[in-house]
Amino acid sequence: MHCMQAQIFIFGVFMSGLYYLRDYLRRHAGIILLGFGFIIASNLLGLVLPYIIALAIDNVSNHGLSSQTFIFALILLGTALVTGVFQLGARFIISATSRDIEFEIRNNLYKHFVKLELSFFQQRKLGDLVARATNDMSAIRMFLGPGINNLLNTSVAILATFIVMATINLRLMLYVLVILPLMSIVFGSLNSRLHKSYRKVQDQFGEVSAKAQENFSGIRVVKAYAQEREELRSFNITNSEYVKRSIQFLRLDTLLWPAMYMISGIAAAVLLWQGGADVIQGRISLGQLVQFNTYVAQLTWPMISLGWVTNLFQQGSASLARIREVLEYQPEIADNALTNPEAQITAGAISVQHVSMRYDNNDVLQDISFEVPAGHSLAIVGATGAGKSTLVNLLTRTFEPTEGAIYIDGNEIRTIPLEELHKAIGYVPQESFLFSMTLAENVAYGNPEMSREEITNALDISQLSKDIADFPHGLDTIIGERGVTLSGGQKQRSGIARAVAKNPMILILDDSLSSVDTNTEAEILRRMRVFMKNRTAIIIAHRISAVKEMDNIIVLADGKITEQGTHNELISKKGFYHALYRRQLLGEELSLDAGNLPNESFDAKTYSNSATNE
Amino acid sequence: MAAVFFQEDEMLGKAYDSRIVRRLWKYIKPYWRRLLLAMLFLFSTSVTDLLGPVIVAIAIDSYITPTGAGTALSLQARETGVFHSAALYIGILSLGFTLRYLQGYTTAVMGQLIMFDMRSEIFAHLQSLSLAFFDRNPVGRLMTRITNDVDSLNQLFTSGAVELLGDVTTLVGIMIVMLIYNLKLALITFIVIPPLLFVVSRFQGAMRDSFRAQRIRLARINATIAEIISGIQVLQLFNREKQSFEVFRNINNDFRVVSRRSLFYIALFFPVITIFSSAATALVIWVGGGDALHGIITFGAWVLFFQYIDRFFLPIRDLADKYTTLQTAMASSERIFRILDEPPAVQDTPEPLHLAEPVRGEITFKNVWFAYNEGEWILKDVSFTIPAGKSVAFVGATGAGKTSLISLISRFYDIQKGEILIDGVNIKDIPQRELRQHVGAVLQDPFIFAGDIAFNIRLHESRITDEQIYQAAAYVNAAPFIEQLPGGYSHVVNERGAGLSVGQKQLIAFARAIAFNPEMLLVMDEATSNVDTETEYLIQDALEKLMKGRTSIIIAHRLSTIRNVDHIIVLHKGQIVEQGAHEQLLNQRGVYYRLYELQYSH
Ligand SMILES: Nc1ncnc2c1ncn2[C@@H]1O[C@H](COP(=O)(O)OP(=O)(O)OP(=O)(O)O)[C@@H](O)[C@H]1O
Ligand SMILES: Nc1ncnc2c1ncn2[C@@H]1O[C@H](COP(=O)(O)OP(=O)(O)OP(=O)(O)O)[C@@H](O)[C@H]1O
Ligand SMILES: [Mg+2]
Repeated sequence: MHCMQAQIFIFGVFMSGLYYLRDYLRRHAGIILLGFGFIIASNLLGLVLPYIIALAIDNVSNHGLSSQTFIFALILLGTALVTGVFQLGARFIISATSRDIEFEIRNNLYKHFVKLELSFFQQRKLGDLVARATNDMSAIRMFLGPGINNLLNTSVAILATFIVMATINLRLMLYVLVILPLMSIVFGSLNSRLHKSYRKVQDQFGEVSAKAQENFSGIRVVKAYAQEREELRSFNITNSEYVKRSIQFLRLDTLLWPAMYMISGIAAAVLLWQGGADVIQGRISLGQLVQFNTYVAQLTWPMISLGWVTNLFQQGSASLARIREVLEYQPEIADNALTNPEAQITAGAISVQHVSMRYDNNDVLQDISFEVPAGHSLAIVGATGAGKSTLVNLLTRTFEPTEGAIYIDGNEIRTIPLEELHKAIGYVPQESFLFSMTLAENVAYGNPEMSREEITNALDISQLSKDIADFPHGLDTIIGERGVTLSGGQKQRSGIARAVAKNPMILILDDSLSSVDTNTEAEILRRMRVFMKNRTAIIIAHRISAVKEMDNIIVLADGKITEQGTHNELISKKGFYHALYRRQLLGEELSLDAGNLPNESFDAKTYSNSATNE
Repeated sequence: MAAVFFQEDEMLGKAYDSRIVRRLWKYIKPYWRRLLLAMLFLFSTSVTDLLGPVIVAIAIDSYITPTGAGTALSLQARETGVFHSAALYIGILSLGFTLRYLQGYTTAVMGQLIMFDMRSEIFAHLQSLSLAFFDRNPVGRLMTRITNDVDSLNQLFTSGAVELLGDVTTLVGIMIVMLIYNLKLALITFIVIPPLLFVVSRFQGAMRDSFRAQRIRLARINATIAEIISGIQVLQLFNREKQSFEVFRNINNDFRVVSRRSLFYIALFFPVITIFSSAATALVIWVGGGDALHGIITFGAWVLFFQYIDRFFLPIRDLADKYTTLQTAMASSERIFRILDEPPAVQDTPEPLHLAEPVRGEITFKNVWFAYNEGEWILKDVSFTIPAGKSVAFVGATGAGKTSLISLISRFYDIQKGEILIDGVNIKDIPQRELRQHVGAVLQDPFIFAGDIAFNIRLHESRITDEQIYQAAAYVNAAPFIEQLPGGYSHVVNERGAGLSVGQKQLIAFARAIAFNPEMLLVMDEATSNVDTETEYLIQDALEKLMKGRTSIIIAHRLSTIRNVDHIIVLHKGQIVEQGAHEQLLNQRGVYYRLYELQYSH
């Protein structure tokens, strides 16, 4: 009973999977039907082969002509050739179509991925998402290709074979009919347990991968803190749990195939016993017995593969569910009914009105309002975690505010097509991210058609130009994964160049000068001021030096704007900004003081090691 | 594009490579008893498999269509005889079932144990490799080694090699029984074998190339998706959705095109084998039929040939699968061995020296030359000494080599010329583990592990108490925000610290260095670059306390952050151009003076 339910369930899952993929299937309907035709034809012809053997045997039993055996042999070979052609056609068509559908789904998955908002990715594991585009896609292909191919093959083969068997001898056929389905029963009863056990193995495999991935990406920390041995120990705990679960799974799994083999053997034995008796009684001929036996042998594979197919369907539909989860995830941040396709950004005037932002239940921004007129500049300062990055992420619509609205050139940003919005914004993220392409390609990321000159100009503004001579292939040096071979400042300046090269109307720098020295910072700022003319700019920074010349400065504290004004206005307010200014000045004074202190114990000589002279 | 990264994955595997096999043997060796047992089961299974058709043949000749002595039997006796044969058949079948299960289970368990050893060894070896290796190898590739490649090796042990051996035994067994039963018919049937072998080998060549091509394309799909997901925000803000899709479509299509090629071969293989097996059957019908007519062979023998031909071609049908399994496994092991053979660029000496306890922490550079890539000197003839317990700041333009210099002290990379000494001992003579236990580095990239905050501070170091964690967090002013997180110190953060602000990640990384309490402290300037001034000031205060009596090196872009140091070294294009105390340097009116003036002149 339980096993019946399992089968029905699997069938239901299978049908709903097919239903979900109906559009893809419909597109290839013609060729799929042709493939089905081939499958049916090849199976029907396959039934002829044992029949010819039977005829040949009976011909001999009846002391027929020796020349006839040759004719039988020729017919057999001819039939086999035609069957082969159909088999080839069927297999090729079905598998090729499954590859095509895989290709299409994967394309759609990719197209959908790039539409999803950042928070979707932050809540999931990278490895898991990548697996959906690779492993899960393969599982779906297997479900569509070998899965459907085998299911159809098996159904046709079983149905046709039983009919032919019934015409030869109904009683013998009933024996086979009773025994062979045992395979499905055994399979069904093992399967649900196997499935559960396999899930556990898979989960643990995920743990093993995650452990390894974390270790490899964090290897600098692991080494800096000499944690290698401990990491290995912790990895091996996960590793051995994986082995333990695998062995548990295998104990059952390795039972499956011998059991199938055994059942098919039982059918053959019963046939030998009953069929043998029938031959002795003269009810059937020896040839027919052999034919029967061959049919049973031929059915063994389809029966076993039925188990395999069920597996493919289960894995396929589990994978399909994982793909659907992504494909059906509707990005909240996307063009929708609110979007006005005509809305344009022409000047870059920003107005933020009563904006609040909450992550889960962490209130980050509360009732923020400010304006940046077109062509003006705004600086945002504030403590670590005050919500500065969050605020600019709302302007780019990386996140959506929980309350309030943002306007650009009078249009609510949700009405502006995303592409238009993003075209207008040049953004430098706080954490540099570079792609593994050449430096030039990275800088031209916003517009691949960009000329060499534009690239060099942008690099000049971000002051990376002076380092390029040291790169092995200059502009065409390939940047390693995430830019590992660049210094911190070089990465950051590449990011600035990329945003500048885009020639945006609105420029956003999120603490983007933090890793460059003061000298370079000053150089960049000097060039930026020219670049920023007639552009709206928002700059997040911690240093007074980077913000003091901005048209307006906002101080963000605990998610609220606590101070606002020009540098001079804020200094006179004697609030947070003033304190910040004092603090940075104080730093200067203290260094001066330290410099003034007589420093007896260390003179330069101690440090300039005499090693050179040794 | 990212093509350079794939070269290593494009290795072509042979299905059998004796060098690799000999090496793999080392992993099997500890389990040779299991292997022997599995072999024993395997051979016994093959024998029981062969016996089935023989029983049928005997039943036919003795009872069903008896010749000779059997003709004398009554119908009743013949039926009983058939029944006994069937019973015997089932008996042998049950034996076969048990043996087959035992064989499968034994091999599978052996495979798992070997995989455990292998994964563990790869992981351990990777731990010993230096950073230069990780700079060259994307994480995705290393992941493939330890997961997919190890798995395909497992396939080799469990399905590939063992089953192949089983198949070969069965094939040879079938041939022997056939020869014994009827020499002539057997030899005639074997006529199909040479052309079969020829065709199979042709297929293997074609499939091998296509499988290799497929693997490379799949790796490309993998890498592309991983990269765009990591950089999704940049991709979207730069409106690259459509273009990047075009690029991806091409990669994806490439994969489809090459896999279509292998598809054709796979689709063709099966029918071709069917035709061969039918050709053999046809021969048996023709020649055997004639012989049977003339009473040269019995019906039983003739039927036995039909049955054996079926069984003969069964394993050959999935030979193609097994062959690819083997060849994939060989390529995988080659890639795994290549990693295992990668010598750690930074190695401990066989006769290490130890730092005298208590470690004082005097750091000396003597004419140090360093390059990441040959010929491109990053540091040129750098010499200095930092007396124990004193602090030094490195200043200089971005890209001057400050970060590189500091990572040399932890011996992340080895220098090409000169030497680096700690308490007078060359760091090349100190075991790396010991060295790094005394040198705490706050790195440029504040890496956060997926785990709770406490783990991120303490890592695996159980000697660090909860109390010390709180203290360290308080020192760097991280405590206020950590305590606000749901769960506080046991709050679990996502991969790469998503959900924390950048400054918060830096603070946690800083707290980590402080909790470890090393004798020598190295702090990268970027370590606090994204932290606000107030917090930075607090950290400066904390640092001042920490630096007391502790050798410390700080990299600074902001001169305000180096107010506490005893000595300043100015680095320019990999060379020391100035050094001295703050005032001294100001008086020199050199590079430092210009830096300083620039920073405070507005
Ligand atoms: N892993 C690496 N492989 C190859 N080259 C590297 C690697 N890391 C850094 N470099 C190069 O070495 C030079 C010095 O880099 P380093 O990171 O030491 O500079 P830095 O003085 O710390 O600069 P910043 O202030 O920008 O961090 C740079 O030109 C950089 O491109
Ligand atoms: N994706 C997210 N999910 C949940 N919480 C987040 C997320 N991003 C940021 N936060 C939280 O929101 C608060 C504000 O973060 P934000 O990154 O805006 O700070 P910030 O002002 O930019 O800080 P910093 O100067 O360190 O960059 C922090 O407490 C942070 O932990
Ligand atoms: Mg931020």
